[in-house]
Amino acid sequence: MAKTVKLTAPLTEQDVLQLNIGDTVLVSGVIYTARDAAHKRLVDLLAAGEPLPMDLEGQIMYYVGPSPAPPGRVIGAAGPTTSYRMDSYAPILIKLGLKAMIGKGKRGVEVIEAMKAHKAVYLGATGGAGALISQRIKAAEVIAFPELGPEAVHRLEVEDFPTMVINDCQGHDLYEHGVREYRRTTAR
Amino acid sequence: MRQIEVAQVTQAVKAAAIAANYEPGADLLAALARGAETEESPSGKEIFRQLLENARIAKEERIPMCQDCGLAVVFAEMGQDVHLVGGDFDQAINAGIRQGYGEGHLRKSLCHPLTRANTGDNTPAVIHTEIVPGDRLKLTVVPKGGGSENMSRLFMLKPADGLAGIKEKVVLTVEEAGPNPCPPIIVGVGIGGNFERAALLAKKSLLRELGQANPDPEVAAIERQLLAEVNDLGIGPQGLGGRITAMAVHVLMQPCHIASLPVAVNIQCHASRHQEVVL
Ligand code: SF4
Repeated sequence: MAKTVKLTAPLTEQDVLQLNIGDTVLVSGVIYTARDAAHKRLVDLLAAGEPLPMDLEGQIMYYVGPSPAPPGRVIGAAGPTTSYRMDSYAPILIKLGLKAMIGKGKRGVEVIEAMKAHKAVYLGATGGAGALISQRIKAAEVIAFPELGPEAVHRLEVEDFPTMVINDCQGHDLYEHGVREYRRTTAR
Repeated sequence: MRQIEVAQVTQAVKAAAIAANYEPGADLLAALARGAETEESPSGKEIFRQLLENARIAKEERIPMCQDCGLAVVFAEMGQDVHLVGGDFDQAINAGIRQGYGEGHLRKSLCHPLTRANTGDNTPAVIHTEIVPGDRLKLTVVPKGGGSENMSRLFMLKPADGLAGIKEKVVLTVEEAGPNPCPPIIVGVGIGGNFERAALLAKKSLLRELGQANPDPEVAAIERQLLAEVNDLGIGPQGLGGRITAMAVHVLMQPCHIASLPVAVNIQCHASRHQEVVL
């Protein structure tokens, strides 16, 4: 049975080991944003032997490029972006201690294998619900690569940020599971 | 000849870009409400509820419904009796996009293809201008998200592939897209024309009121069959499994070369935004 778990970042190995696909995870604490261009920068920094703007141990990376904060708000709309574009970078960060990623859409085999090997999970947030999700973000600050605009790395403080476990550390996949239940076609 | 100042074009585009991002259309809201009623999967139902709530927040609090405020596609239907004065038409449209995305706190999502440096103001827009009878200028601003655009495909089929081949490719496109384009989606299909026209037909089909059938009964039947086949995939809202993967399939069809059967599939996410203004 799927359960609801409240977790506070940074996460421990115990935190992620208890999670199964379909579980709801309400995330609180500090998470970091990065999407395409920021991932490239992070991996370039590592290749050059330079320090990263954050310590990855136990952290959660949120794949998002928020819209600008209107006056009086901490952030604009802030829903997830499609995760597969970060697949070539994610295993490198997982090896360095990243414990969870929040995004939407399928992950590649290389990421699923890295999650299994290093005990990390992939959490899905509702794609396109940017206005709704922004209400769970209590503070936002750009901490790296401001020149990337919406792609800059933000440090977010979140409270009960709603996600669902798509891939757990055992290599299960909620998408495959869910679709099998409702599929009526034999196509392909 | 009726004169229209290009400054009016800028104003109209600016207002439409903001409204498109903050205010989901009545047709979309109705389709989401229907989904919340009819979707069988519990998680799918919950997604529809979230999307309705998201739409309410966006409209009431005046923030974009999705952080991806899109590449701005602008369709212009220019009456042949219109005389534009006061400047360059395309520049006026781009000025409207620049101002709308700036003042509306919309995300600027355009960049150099190779350096990936952001253009900073969400320009240039992709502008499609058509000359039509009359003395009006109709502008439709369509902010199109990258996630669903990335899952779109173009196929140059053989005439022998026929309708069965078309269906296979449409279903394949939706299946491969899976959860990536934020289902529930709308599937825009262009059949015929040539390489670029098929894609344009697919995109244009998305401007139609959500769920309205093509007036041609032959095409409307294809739409119904495609919708059923796509929804048999079981992908469901957000790809979590369910009956409603697509809320609608819209098809536009026109004659093509005797050697060809072009088919384009333009995937539109549930953040289906288009705002029309007539000058
Ligand atoms: S695919 Fe559509 S709904 Fe999803 S993030 Fe992109 S623009 Fe938003």
